[in-house]
Amino acid sequence: MSTPPQKMKKTERITGHMTPGRGPHGGGMVGQKASNFKGSARRLLGWLRPERTKIGAVIVAAIASVALAVTGPRVLGRGTDIIFAGAVGKTLPAGITKAQAIDAARAAGNGKVADLLGGIDLVPGQGIDFGALWHVLAIVLALYIGSTLLSYVQGWLLNDVVQATVLRLRSAVEDKINSVPLRYFDQQPRGELLSRVTNDMDNLAQSLQQTMSQMLTSLLTIVFIMVMMIDISWTLALFVLITVPVSMALAALVMRRSRTQFIGQWRHTGALNAQVEEAFTGHALTKVFGRQEEVQADFEVENDQMYEASFKAQFLSGLIMPIMMFIGNINYVVIAVLGGLRVAGGTMSLGEVQAFIQYTRRFTQPVTQVASMVNLLQSGVASAERVFELLDAEEQEPDHALAVSTTDRRGRVAFEHVSFRYEDDQPLIEDLSLTVEPGHTIAIVGPTGAGKTTLVNLIMRFYELDSGRITLDGEDISQMKRHDVRANTGMVLQDTWLFDGTIRDNIAYGKLGASEEEIHAAAEATFVDRFVHSLPDGYDTIVDDEGANISAGEKQLITIARAFLANPALLILDEATSSVDTRTEALLQHAMAALRTQRTSFVIAHRLSTIRDADLILVMEHGAIVEQGNHDELIARGGAYADLYNAQFSGPQSGGAPSLGGVVPAPADRARLQPDA
Amino acid sequence: MLLRLLKENLRPYKRWIAIVLALQLVGTIAALYLPSLNADIIDKGVVTGDTGYIMRIGAWMLAVSLIQIACTITAVYFGAKTAMAFGRDVRSRFFHRVGSFSSREVGRFGAPSLINRNTNDVQQVQMLVVMAFTMMISAPIMLVGGVIMAMREDIGLSWLVAVAVPVLAAITGLIISRMVPGFRLMQTRLDTVNKVLREQITGIRVIRAFVREPFETDRFETANKDLTDIGIFVGRWMAAMFPTVMLVMNVSSVAVLWFGGHRIDSGAMQIGALTAFLSYLIQILISVMMSTFMLVMVPRAAVSAERIVDVLDTSSSVVPPELGVTTVLKHGEVEFQGAEFTYAGAAHPVLRDVSFSAKPGKTTAIVGSTGAGKTTLLSLIPRLFDVTGGSVLVDGIDVRDLDPQVLWGKIGLVPQKAYLFSGTVASNLRHGKPDATEEEMWEALEIAQAKAFVADMPEGLDAPIAQGGTNVSGGQRQRLAIARAVIRRPEIYLFDDSFSALDVATDARLRHALKAVTAGATVLIVAQRVFTITDADQIAVLEDGEVVGLGTHDELLDTCPTYIEIVESQLKAEAS
Repeated sequence: MSTPPQKMKKTERITGHMTPGRGPHGGGMVGQKASNFKGSARRLLGWLRPERTKIGAVIVAAIASVALAVTGPRVLGRGTDIIFAGAVGKTLPAGITKAQAIDAARAAGNGKVADLLGGIDLVPGQGIDFGALWHVLAIVLALYIGSTLLSYVQGWLLNDVVQATVLRLRSAVEDKINSVPLRYFDQQPRGELLSRVTNDMDNLAQSLQQTMSQMLTSLLTIVFIMVMMIDISWTLALFVLITVPVSMALAALVMRRSRTQFIGQWRHTGALNAQVEEAFTGHALTKVFGRQEEVQADFEVENDQMYEASFKAQFLSGLIMPIMMFIGNINYVVIAVLGGLRVAGGTMSLGEVQAFIQYTRRFTQPVTQVASMVNLLQSGVASAERVFELLDAEEQEPDHALAVSTTDRRGRVAFEHVSFRYEDDQPLIEDLSLTVEPGHTIAIVGPTGAGKTTLVNLIMRFYELDSGRITLDGEDISQMKRHDVRANTGMVLQDTWLFDGTIRDNIAYGKLGASEEEIHAAAEATFVDRFVHSLPDGYDTIVDDEGANISAGEKQLITIARAFLANPALLILDEATSSVDTRTEALLQHAMAALRTQRTSFVIAHRLSTIRDADLILVMEHGAIVEQGNHDELIARGGAYADLYNAQFSGPQSGGAPSLGGVVPAPADRARLQPDA
Repeated sequence: MLLRLLKENLRPYKRWIAIVLALQLVGTIAALYLPSLNADIIDKGVVTGDTGYIMRIGAWMLAVSLIQIACTITAVYFGAKTAMAFGRDVRSRFFHRVGSFSSREVGRFGAPSLINRNTNDVQQVQMLVVMAFTMMISAPIMLVGGVIMAMREDIGLSWLVAVAVPVLAAITGLIISRMVPGFRLMQTRLDTVNKVLREQITGIRVIRAFVREPFETDRFETANKDLTDIGIFVGRWMAAMFPTVMLVMNVSSVAVLWFGGHRIDSGAMQIGALTAFLSYLIQILISVMMSTFMLVMVPRAAVSAERIVDVLDTSSSVVPPELGVTTVLKHGEVEFQGAEFTYAGAAHPVLRDVSFSAKPGKTTAIVGSTGAGKTTLLSLIPRLFDVTGGSVLVDGIDVRDLDPQVLWGKIGLVPQKAYLFSGTVASNLRHGKPDATEEEMWEALEIAQAKAFVADMPEGLDAPIAQGGTNVSGGQRQRLAIARAVIRRPEIYLFDDSFSALDVATDARLRHALKAVTAGATVLIVAQRVFTITDADQIAVLEDGEVVGLGTHDELLDTCPTYIEIVESQLKAEAS
């Protein structure tokens, strides 16, 4: 009972690197794959073209920065060597040469020490050469500072590139929405389209940001470190190069398994969320029907399943870090041992071992990053593909080049042999002709699916005709600018679309730059003013989906006020008062009557009471006009209209048969897929 | 709030938490032990050329690594288990709490908000717990242990730690403190961009009809530009983050080498200790960085925790009686005695001093304009709300004293918005009567004029129904909702404007069929259209929450101006 129309508040999406909210590989778009990865990826790269100068700079800066950063440990290793040489050298007596020291060690039966000494660049008796050390460290500092600055420049520029690209992509999507024909919106589920422009666009932006910023530096780092390691010792490097593919394979294995677990987790999350949504939305019903215990039992089952799934997913993804660490440690141990043996044997310097250890430590991170990037890239390109599909949609034909704007219209509308169908194989309106004189009110009645809304949609030029023509004051509307056709027309639809803004802004939508007085006048004429006064914020009340403070009927009044303010030559009212209670409607009728004088009006209504005084009533069935005339004529004729009318108004006096007013005398089980035709 | 939520819900998992703590401790100590062993390799093996020693210590290092990974993996296992169990328990407690709510509390929070809290907010806090058990616990251990180990290696260099740690903490803290509000703002602006796009798609006809495409494009461009601006801002700080952190670490290692060199030269330190010290310093700095990252999550989780606790701390305004009356003598009599109802926080009551009774076998209709309180009045009977004044009696007993199961067992409700549950036609009917047979189902469907279309569906009674019933038409939904109430054969029928989507003929047949079934029951009908209820035994006219007329159609036509107004507004066309 207390279940007002509700929409799920948009669930918070988790953005950026800072919030490890979903586990590393468990984004919402898991499992999506692009059907044409290469083509879409290339097309996405094409969007980066306008930024190519900046991208060039980014690549140069990245190469330089990574090169400097990777050189650092190598040079630092020389610092260690200087210290080591000094420390060892000091233990030897001064005045002898290095060769003498080695001989002395060998003579003392200390062959191993002799080997060690052989590999060190030392002067016996002399301590650490601080001059040389200072020199080395200064170079290292310069390398690191330079690398930091370059890396900062690179990050800065790359961010600009990505943001600018995403900005252009979003604008293109928005442009597209405003230039595809309405037919496009009919052809696919609304949710699907919404998902493309929001979820896919967001996912694309995020993937672009993350892959671009990490992919390049990660790959460069891998290459440079490999070069360094091979340069220091190719045998040790070989060892690392064996462990790396192993660790990558291991990481990929765990990732793949955790990915399936994450998919499971999100499936369960979805199921559980649906259950919660249903339980809370149908809260009152569940209670009154005494079903609470079952609902709670169901919830516990699903909750337990979700626990199992999310535990597994979390555990598996939590394994990646320790495993990588372990592999890093094994590398560390092996290099410490092998390196230690070589230093002892004099074939490698301590500083080199030191540098090598640093390199192996830094090697694993970019490798894992590249591995995880692959998933991200896939889902990003899949989203890009879906966005591109939207961008490829056919646009409506451009306005006729020679079209002239005329603002002063009288409102004479004529249909000349008009045919139109939504689907090629389903005829709707066939060869319809009709002339409406300025200032007249035309009512259109008939069952759902008869083509009533279609008729007015055609006047608005929402759709292009298959054949025939429609003229406004004698001019073919297909030769006019769309804006001109519509600017002369005010429309109130059954489904009350208001945007998220104040009541004032929503009324003012009817006329750009409307003054406060005009808004108030329109509001008063349409009874909006009356309920606005009872709202705490008055005209500043925000209209939104969850706003329980404004009822459906009140929303409808606001849309009427909006059309009232627009003051058009042609007025279209499509079930404009269906949600308004009868007393208010009666009052509204007067206002509408005022609105209708001086202009041509088309009124679609289910409540026949509201159209009784129309100049012309069209009864439509299956896209054709089966009867026309005014109320009295049609009643007298005793045809379809009279039947409808009598069904609705078999008033109380007739007593016996229970009846109902104001209901669609139509097949009630309407086909939901048809755009209310 | 956050602490309380954690404390209360982690209590059952004390043992697991103890295991995680112990394992993380051992694992971290093992990790810290490695550089020290490496120092030994250099000092005692490399310098003296003792290859045997190098091999021995190497094997020992390998063993320590194994201990470390074993500990860490087990800790991750129990940490994930605890965190997910925590999430499961909070979700469950939350769900049960909302289950106990009346429509009043549900209305106060709003169903969408409750859904969000039960899912996303719990997720948010759960994520913090995961992070806490996998990373947050080890960071301080690493920090303290690292400092101790570094000082053991060389006390004289430890001042470097004292300098580097605050510097790094300050830098990461500064950058993150800039980034976090930026991220929040980015989220809001992203929502705005998406909202505008959403509105453009849902309102496309209106936008085109009013030729507002340029206006909409402007609106979008502004939102898009705002989003890009904040994206650029956040991105720049992010670009600064890692290079700066790396710089601090690198400069620290250079400093260690320089000052360590002097210590070695003076004989106060060994060369191996220098290497070890360097490793410790880096480990310490990494754990500082991690801690700073983790701290960022806390405020966000705290907000979520507050939103959860807020609901958990709310108790229902409708409390079932301790010892509810289970035996009643009468069958379905409803009586309002000066009933008053005020929504929480509202200045004026929605219902004021409503008194009338509805008897078994009689039909009572309630009419009045939108917002007069008709639906609220019906809701008082099944205690979706409790009166804030006066009382509602069912079979002579205050509904607040009746056992809820007994009360609800008497009622068949057809709400204004015909809401169906996901499942099948049959499962929805079983909501009305759990043990209903197929025959009973078909009978109920027949009464509700739903038999034909259900029989036409290929799966018949097993035809799937989507959540809310969105896969059937409005009229079908209403008829199924009626069948769901009818199958109960309740003593009290509550129809809240339940025939609005039906066409005339169906409506007539339905009412006729219902008449036979409801003959002995109490029927309350909220109606928009007067003509549908002129033959009611009693009509209550509501106006601004008050009963301004009570009687039959003919009586009211003589006495009640509001009723006359309503009738006239609907009869206008007929006034010939």
